[in-house]
Amino acid sequence: MPPPKPYTLVAELSYRCPLRCPYCSNPVDIGADRYRTELEGEHWMRVFHEARALGVLQLALTGGEPMLRPDLDELVGAGRDAGLYSTLVTGATLFTRERAERLKEAGLDHVQVSIQSPDPAENDRIAGNRSFEKKIEAARAARELGFPLTINCVLHRQNLDRIEEILRLTEELDAQRLELANTQYYGWAVVNQQALSPTREQLERGEEAVKRFRERVGPRITVLWVLPDYHEDLPKPCMGGWARTTVVIAPNGDALPCQAATTIPELEFPNVRDRPLDWIWHEADAFTRFRGTDWMQEPCRSCPLGRQEEDWGGCRCQALRLTGDARATDPVCRFSPHHDVVVSAREPGKTDEFVYRTLRRPRRPARV
Amino acid sequence: MMCPRLVDGVRLQYDDVRGEHVLLIPEGAVRLNETAAHVLELCDGRSVDEITAALSERYQGTNVTDDVRELLDAMGQRGLVIDAAA
Repeated sequence: MPPPKPYTLVAELSYRCPLRCPYCSNPVDIGADRYRTELEGEHWMRVFHEARALGVLQLALTGGEPMLRPDLDELVGAGRDAGLYSTLVTGATLFTRERAERLKEAGLDHVQVSIQSPDPAENDRIAGNRSFEKKIEAARAARELGFPLTINCVLHRQNLDRIEEILRLTEELDAQRLELANTQYYGWAVVNQQALSPTREQLERGEEAVKRFRERVGPRITVLWVLPDYHEDLPKPCMGGWARTTVVIAPNGDALPCQAATTIPELEFPNVRDRPLDWIWHEADAFTRFRGTDWMQEPCRSCPLGRQEEDWGGCRCQALRLTGDARATDPVCRFSPHHDVVVSAREPGKTDEFVYRTLRRPRRPARV
Repeated sequence: MMCPRLVDGVRLQYDDVRGEHVLLIPEGAVRLNETAAHVLELCDGRSVDEITAALSERYQGTNVTDDVRELLDAMGQRGLVIDAAA
């Protein structure tokens, strides 16, 4: 069977970022040498056209902070030329009215602004940067220019109790969408799990608040509520299945089936400088390795619920991290022999202190 | 709905890779059949009656009034089409 055609290209333009969010999904080694040289604009532009030819319709310009790319306007223009619908996923500290106007002119379709909390001081503490006022100004500028606006707030123990305020702020900013993504434990969130892990009661109250809001507001504002999968007992179809819907390009041009895939050491990632995207999608081992169902082990192989093509075995990165085997059933699944690891991780965290995201290189151990 | 139009930030496009019309929306795509695409193409601020008349002509006099209403209601409920006259 030919592989499905991808819908989304996630273009991580830069790992640099003025914010230092402790749950960032970027790899923890973003300061490593291999990420020093960012992919040249000409390669990005070629990749956008190759992506459209593969079937991609959605382009997410993200990072790090994509607005740190000096050639962002040209990249946006190239995305539009290629026939892609583009979203700028930004921390919004650099999204001034003037830059927003240029992006609009270049053909940007949609703006997604992150907030860390609806409370200014708390936002700034979580982001590790005084940014709240700029974010609010950016959101208003986006609406004034006629961009559809998504507000994105990653939820965790230290902001979940403000969910009503987040919903109110979204409405006040005239956003069309709100993404409430409960922290999933990838990248920096693994380092900070103790400071982020929520209580069951917080999640239940949050879910109730979202339900009431949806009933009141209707289709005017779409609220996406993603439960943290540690609190589920069947796995999520991570990325819609390995290499089925999405291609991620890291700032150095490495092509990945998901943003966390570099945590699987057995995989080697092709670079778009060396290979066309069509080859990468169809031939590269990193993309074909866990595509479909042939790679599955028990209990996935004889899944009693017949969910192989529904959840695609869950998340490979999580399976590796929690069981030591990237081919294992995602232990979120109640049929996994390692499910107890997930159950015990549901305990709320025990510290409020964050380890902030940084590009500084890990210190080398002293020579002896 | 008097004069339907696509909401800001929604784009009608032909996906030549899959051979189908799509409505591109923030972080998603709505697949359209050909008739739906023809209706939405005409949602540029003209009235529903004008849309129906133009479509009826295109389909050799077929009465499309109910189909057009139904489609626009569904699109309105999903927040994809609004009334430019309102």
